[in-house]
Amino acid sequence: MLILGEEKLKNERNLRAKFRSLTDSAATALAILSTLLVIAPLVAIFLYLIYKGASSLSLDFFIKVPKPVGEAGGGMANAIVGSAILLGLGSLIGIPMGIAGGIFLAEFGRGTKLANAIRFTADVLNGVPSIVMGIAVYSLIVVPQGHFSAFSGGVALGIMMIPTVCRTTEEMLLMVPNAVREAALALGVPNWRSVLSITVRTASPGIITGCMLAFARVAGETAPLIFTAFGNVDWSERLNEPIAALPLQIYVYAISPYDEWHRLAWAGALVLIVLIVLAVSLVRYVTSRGVLKGAS
Amino acid sequence: MGVGIEVTNLNAWYGTNHTLQDINLNIPANHATALIGPSGCGKSTFVRCLNRMHETNPIARVTGSVRIGDLDIYEDAKPVEIRRRVGMVFQRPNPFPTMSIYDNVAAGLKLNGYNNRRVLDEIVEKSLKNSALWDEVKDDLRKKSGASLSGGQQQRLCIARALAVDPEVLLMDEPASALDPVSTSKIEDLIFQLKSQYTIVIVTHNMQQAARVAEKTGFFLNGRMVEFDSTHKIFTNPSDKRTEDYITGRFG
Repeated sequence: MLILGEEKLKNERNLRAKFRSLTDSAATALAILSTLLVIAPLVAIFLYLIYKGASSLSLDFFIKVPKPVGEAGGGMANAIVGSAILLGLGSLIGIPMGIAGGIFLAEFGRGTKLANAIRFTADVLNGVPSIVMGIAVYSLIVVPQGHFSAFSGGVALGIMMIPTVCRTTEEMLLMVPNAVREAALALGVPNWRSVLSITVRTASPGIITGCMLAFARVAGETAPLIFTAFGNVDWSERLNEPIAALPLQIYVYAISPYDEWHRLAWAGALVLIVLIVLAVSLVRYVTSRGVLKGAS
Repeated sequence: MGVGIEVTNLNAWYGTNHTLQDINLNIPANHATALIGPSGCGKSTFVRCLNRMHETNPIARVTGSVRIGDLDIYEDAKPVEIRRRVGMVFQRPNPFPTMSIYDNVAAGLKLNGYNNRRVLDEIVEKSLKNSALWDEVKDDLRKKSGASLSGGQQQRLCIARALAVDPEVLLMDEPASALDPVSTSKIEDLIFQLKSQYTIVIVTHNMQQAARVAEKTGFFLNGRMVEFDSTHKIFTNPSDKRTEDYITGRFG
């Protein structure tokens, strides 16, 4: 009888083990499936862009300015450089202000009314449609100046970057354990120095990710540029003149009735995505080089 | 060299919680003094009052006086100056995660503006030797992050970091409670060596540890210091009934 009971117990254990390994496989499969679902749209878009746009890519695309309707050839060199200038200017405005704001929220203003007001404002700003941002900058800069300009476009993109950078900086700083702050203070390091050299440095990988997210997001923005940078069919790299930008150029070409322009729009979209990926990868590579073994 | 600490009528609060009540004691220079007592009795708060870390919490408040050597730390100096003279080692090892071993040790000096490379090299080596970590890390000083070391090594790294700014007093808040027995005994050996040069105050949950490393022991209970005497006396013939109950394991 005893042996029979043991046998039964063993069978039951085997059954449970089988059930466990089955649920384990099912959960793993679900996780893999979700990952694929997340990646699928990006891969699909990318493949479609290559299919539609790659054939129109040539050296001319990167070194020539657009040609008038009816003439073959021409490129988007001015729009590529224009986008670089607009994004550079936007980053110069948005990243320092966003990081400074995030540092204030997490380290100096914690719990104060001012900090709560800033956090609320940042969240609202994040939800403002980008076209509204364009109109706001239009009435603040373009109208008083009397003309469209690269400068106003950069300001619009910069303002759009601030809330993302600010809030991710805050979140990343809050994730730094208090023990790290205490360690610095206990060494007799003044608080401001501890914040800048220890806390921000510890959180820097996350802060850089936040900046890259903001950068990639505004890199594809068209709406805020319509009333500010305006676009330019000719070469311009001056800040006080209208300037071309890839998303604007894509938009103009895509809604045009000409097949040749449609093809160039596809090529432009492909180039835009590739350039964003390159820029983000470059920043990641450069900033990850100083990282030490075992550092988190 | 270490200096003595003279605490008079020290009271501390967290918000409305009166966590330390009328503490008076004299901690002798160049000895190890242990503070024991059940959780929440105020011993950690007490050591944090000795380097003014207590007040980094916005709801905290302190009254009374603490003299370290000839300096009244609440009257004569700023917190940052005090903390350079009174080093602290925490319960959980807390190396700076993004810094190399070398930079961790040099952090206190570098962040206060010392940049002489040769002097820093010397101080880093001396501090790591003093904390008995040098031989284990000397080949990876700049290559490895402080966070890549084992828990026990990290704690010795934190001790080296505290020693590098050349303090007179070293406060240790349960420095071995998160470590395994081998690492713990290394830390205890270290305390033995260090007390010839520094005044050491160590908070511990482990009564054997107090008995092993300290000449003097203070027993804290509910925010008050019940008894302060030579370690031998506290553990063999305490004058207060509550101390006896605690060390014989009747509560806590």
